[in-house]
Amino acid sequence: MTSVSETSARTPKDVAIRLRGITKAYDDRGTVLGPIDLEVQRGEFISMLGPSGCGKSTALRIIAGLTAPTSGMVDLKRRTSAESAARSIGFVFQEPTLMPWATVRDNVRLPLTLAGLPQGDANRHAQVALTRVGLAEFGAAFPRELSGGMKMRVSLARALVTDPDVLLLDEPFAALDEITRFRLNNDLVALWRNLGKTVVFVTHSVFESVYLSERVVVMTGRPGRVHTEIRIDAAQRDEAFRTSAEYVAYCRRASLALAEASGAQADA
Amino acid sequence: MSGHHTTQTALRDDDGARRERTGAWRMALPVAILAAGIIAWALIVRINAIPPYVLPGPALVAQTLIQDWPILWSSLLTTLLTTLEGFAAAAIGGIALALLFSQSRWLEVALLPYAIVLQVTPVIAIAPLLLIYLPQQTAVVVCAWIVAFFPVLSNTTLGLNSADRNLVGLFKLYGASRWQMLRYLKLPAALPYTLGGLRIAGGLSLIGAVVAEIAAGSAGTGSGLAYRIAESGYRLNIPRMFAALLLLSFAGVVIYTVLALVSHRLLRRWHESALRKES
Repeated sequence: MTSVSETSARTPKDVAIRLRGITKAYDDRGTVLGPIDLEVQRGEFISMLGPSGCGKSTALRIIAGLTAPTSGMVDLKRRTSAESAARSIGFVFQEPTLMPWATVRDNVRLPLTLAGLPQGDANRHAQVALTRVGLAEFGAAFPRELSGGMKMRVSLARALVTDPDVLLLDEPFAALDEITRFRLNNDLVALWRNLGKTVVFVTHSVFESVYLSERVVVMTGRPGRVHTEIRIDAAQRDEAFRTSAEYVAYCRRASLALAEASGAQADA
Repeated sequence: MSGHHTTQTALRDDDGARRERTGAWRMALPVAILAAGIIAWALIVRINAIPPYVLPGPALVAQTLIQDWPILWSSLLTTLLTTLEGFAAAAIGGIALALLFSQSRWLEVALLPYAIVLQVTPVIAIAPLLLIYLPQQTAVVVCAWIVAFFPVLSNTTLGLNSADRNLVGLFKLYGASRWQMLRYLKLPAALPYTLGGLRIAGGLSLIGAVVAEIAAGSAGTGSGLAYRIAESGYRLNIPRMFAALLLLSFAGVVIYTVLALVSHRLLRRWHESALRKES
């Protein structure tokens, strides 16, 4: 509990996600993750930064309930009714993970279709989500007709369509070129500011994690544990911040921490 | 922006012209080979003075085709109907079995070996037995079904299991029911595979129908094209045998083309196999 007051000025009651002693082990690979304790405040944007194979994606899947932890507890405030509980999380994979046979609109409204919403309502919500990610006019297109960045936007729109409390992103922009990634980073920050979602963003990019988040959680190599947490205090996330001395200093700190975290694993 | 567009259109036009030229070549080449083959055939028959009961020339075969058209046409319809019934049974049976297998691992373990036994036992060996136990028309359709259902079953099973694992996770995350998972994810993902299986099944059900007709031929009540071939063989009416054979291959080609077209229609908006190559 004390770690909460250290890392956030918000009251402890506002915890959106709480992980307690989470571990994940596989028969063939041994322990890949944990034990991890982590708390994310409501409305907070955190990044999990770590070397590849440190289990950060596994941690995210555990939060989402896609993977069961070997031990430990996940406490995630879901909406009360069973129907909307499934919709309180938005998940974005590393790949766009779209259905190639369905139009962009049908892809975006999928979570609502599965929840049994009438088609008209679902379409309206899908259109709002598409507008949010700047693809208002692409509803009738098929995924293959879009660029990699646009597909990722569709994936983001699908995660937003249920108006979830928590947004989980698993290296969503890793496969994109740098210019597209910068633009999507800015869009994501704007969405977070406007919509007030709790965001957990998994990445192996120091620059991305510092630019986007309020708190960078640096993880060690396998088995992944929390090594350091770095608070990023920035009023604005824009080109001015990206080119500022503070930004460079934060990146330096995060890089050093990451090197140390990876080294710690090599020694072990 | 508009300038960019014009260049793209220009490129596409150029591409289109090239595609049309390649398309023309792809039509012309097999036709040329066919023509060469027919000419060689005619010459060999004439030069060696081969009697028509050994090898009829192409002209005689064409003449027989026209002369015997009423008989051959009704035989063709009979064989096509059998093929169609066998194909429909194979499509429905194959897809239904695949769906059952995907829902229950136990059913798959219990039944798959028998599906494989049916598949690997030569149908020509089963046909006489079926003809003993079943009415002739039923036996013929069952033969067509036995030969044709397996590719539908195995391809559909493969397709149902090939859905993107992250999409499966996403469906679970959003609380999809079994039925929703099937309807919105597994069935569409399986469609290209199923269509591939159906394309093979089309040709196979024709083979099944022909094999059964020939097996039934001695019973003498059949009237399909394969029966005509067998009958013409006994009567040394070789030109008619050739004409019937020609119709059979033609029917096979038509079945394949129709299925390929249907498959292309259904997949052209999204599946790689049906997309035109870009650039």
